[in-house]
Amino acid sequence: MKQQLLIVAIVLAALAAAPWIGISDYIIGVLTMICFYGVFAMSWDLLFGYAGEVNFGPSFLIGLGAYGAGLADADLGLPVAVCVALGTLAAVLGGLLLAIPALRLRGPYFGLITLVAVLLLQNAIVMFAGITGGEIGLSVPDILSVNATVNFYYALGLLIIAGTVLLTVANSSFGLILQAAGQDAIEAQALGFNVVKYKIAAFILSAFFSGLAGAMLVFYLGTASVDAMVDISVGIQVIIAAVLGGRRTIIGPVLGAAFLIGAGEVLRPLGQISGVVVAAIALACILIFPNGFLGLLHGRRRA
Amino acid sequence: MLILQILIDGFAISALYALGALGFTLIFGVSGVLNLAHGAVLVTSAMVAWYVGTNEAAGALAGAASGVLAGVITAFVTYAVVVRPIQRSKAIPEGERELFVLTGTLLWGVMLQIGLGYIFTTTPVTVHQLVSGTVDIMGVRTPTNEILIAVMSWLTLGVLWLVVNRTPAGKRLLAASINPRGLTLMGVELGQVYLLAWGIYGIIAGIAGVLLGSFLGTSSAYIPALTGTAFSIVVLGGLGSVTGTVMAAYVVGYIETLTAYLVSPSLRAVPALLLLVLVLYFRPQGILGRR
Repeated sequence: MKQQLLIVAIVLAALAAAPWIGISDYIIGVLTMICFYGVFAMSWDLLFGYAGEVNFGPSFLIGLGAYGAGLADADLGLPVAVCVALGTLAAVLGGLLLAIPALRLRGPYFGLITLVAVLLLQNAIVMFAGITGGEIGLSVPDILSVNATVNFYYALGLLIIAGTVLLTVANSSFGLILQAAGQDAIEAQALGFNVVKYKIAAFILSAFFSGLAGAMLVFYLGTASVDAMVDISVGIQVIIAAVLGGRRTIIGPVLGAAFLIGAGEVLRPLGQISGVVVAAIALACILIFPNGFLGLLHGRRRA
Repeated sequence: MLILQILIDGFAISALYALGALGFTLIFGVSGVLNLAHGAVLVTSAMVAWYVGTNEAAGALAGAASGVLAGVITAFVTYAVVVRPIQRSKAIPEGERELFVLTGTLLWGVMLQIGLGYIFTTTPVTVHQLVSGTVDIMGVRTPTNEILIAVMSWLTLGVLWLVVNRTPAGKRLLAASINPRGLTLMGVELGQVYLLAWGIYGIIAGIAGVLLGSFLGTSSAYIPALTGTAFSIVVLGGLGSVTGTVMAAYVVGYIETLTAYLVSPSLRAVPALLLLVLVLYFRPQGILGRR
C-alpha cells in the first residue's frame, strides 16, 4: 500500500510539473479531459466495486451536474462557484432518486432503471429546448479560465481531492461494510449493519463527485451538451474505463480513463474507425485480463 | 378514422416490437445472457438487406435473405467471440460474470455501431420493401408492406412456438431455461443447446431487423435506442417470459402509436419509459415475470 501511494505521488508530481517542461496546450487539454473522466470513473467504481450496484447511467448524474450548473449560469447569471455548487446539488438529489430503486431492485432491473433515467433526462432536455438549448447544447457565458494550464490545475486538483476522499472512504471501515453489503446484503444486515444507510451514503458520495466534475466540465468546455455529458455513450465510456483499469481499486479507473482518452487521441488520424479500434482493444483487455490494468500489476507482483 | 388508423398502425408496430424483443428474451431465458449488442444485430441485418437490395441486381427478396443471413452470422460471432469466452473464463468470479457479459456485449455493440456507420452510411436508409402498393381497410389506406410485416411477425412467432414446444431440439431449449444442470445430467451437451439458441436468435433478430428497416428505416445511430426499447419490453413483460414479451410489446407499441398520433411524434418514447419506471417500482418482476 505504501509503495503504491509513493508511485501515485510520483505520477501526480510529474503531472503537476507537466505544464512547465514545455508540453503543448493540446497535450495539456488531453490531460485535462483525462482528469475529468478519471473522476467520473472513480465515482462509478465506488458504486459498482464497493456497493455492488451496476449503474448504467453515470451520465444521468454527470448530466444533472452539468445542466444544473449551466442553467444557473446562462439563465440566472450567478457566479461560477455558486453554479458549480448548484449543479453538484442537483446531481446529489439525482443520486438519492437513483438510490431508492437500488434498495428495492436487483441486478438487471436496477441496471435498466438507471438506463431509463438517462433516456428520460435526454428526452427532457430535448423537450424543453427553449431553456436547455436542446440538441444544439447550452453555451454558458463564463468559463473557468482562458489559460489551458490553469484549467488543467483545476481538473488535476479535482482529481486529487476526489481520489483522496474516495480512497480514504473505500479503505475505511465504511468501505468494508459497503463491500459486505454489496456482496451479501442479508448477511451484512444480520451482522447488525444498516445496509440502507451505507448504500444511500455511497450513492450520495458518488453523485457528489460525478456532479461536481460534470459542472466543472461545463465551465471548461464553455457548453453543456447532450453529446458530451448526457448521452449513453458517455456512460459507456465511464464504465469501460472503470472495468478496464481495474474495478474495486479507485485508482485503476483513472488509468482506464487515461487509456481510453489517450488511445482515442492517438488513433484520431484513423478517422471514424478509431472508435472501433479503441472498443476492440478494450474488449480484448477485458477478455484477457478481467481484473484490469491494476489487477495485472498485482498479479505480476504476486507471481 | 383516426381510431382505426391507430389500431392498424399500432398492431403492425407492436407485432414487430414483439419479434424484435423476442430474441432478447429467448437468449436470456435459455442462457441467462443479457445481450446489449441486440440493437446492433438488428441494424446489421437491416443494413445488409438495404445494401444488397438496392445496390445489386439482386432485388428486394435476395436483400431480405442476405439480411437474415447477416443476422445469423452476427449472432454466432457475438456468442463465439464475446459471450462464450467470458462464460468460460476462469479469471472472472462467478458472481461478476453477468456484469462482464453486459460490458462485453456493450463494447461489441459499440464496435458494430461505428463499424456499420463506417462501412455503409450514418444517414438513415430504408430497406427496399418486398411488396408495394396500399390496401383499403374500412376507409384507411394501409401500405401492403405494413400488412406483410404484421403477418410475417406473427408467422415467425407461431413457428417459434411450434419449434420450442413440439420438436425435441426445442424441448431441450425449454429444459435448458428451466434447469440446465438437470439437462446436463440427462446427457445433453449444453454447449450445443446454446449454439442452437444463438442460431434461432440470429434468425429471429435477422427477420425483425429487416422488417424494422423496411418499416421505420434504419441507421447505425438507432442502435442504442433499439437495444433500450427491446430491454424495456422484455423487462416489462418479465425477463424470460415469451408470452409476457408479446403482451408488453403490444402495450408499448400502442402507447407509442397513441402518443405519436395524438401528442407529438418526437415524444413517442417518453410515456413508455415512464410506464416502465412505474412498473419497476411496483412490480419489478414484470407482467409475467418468474422471480
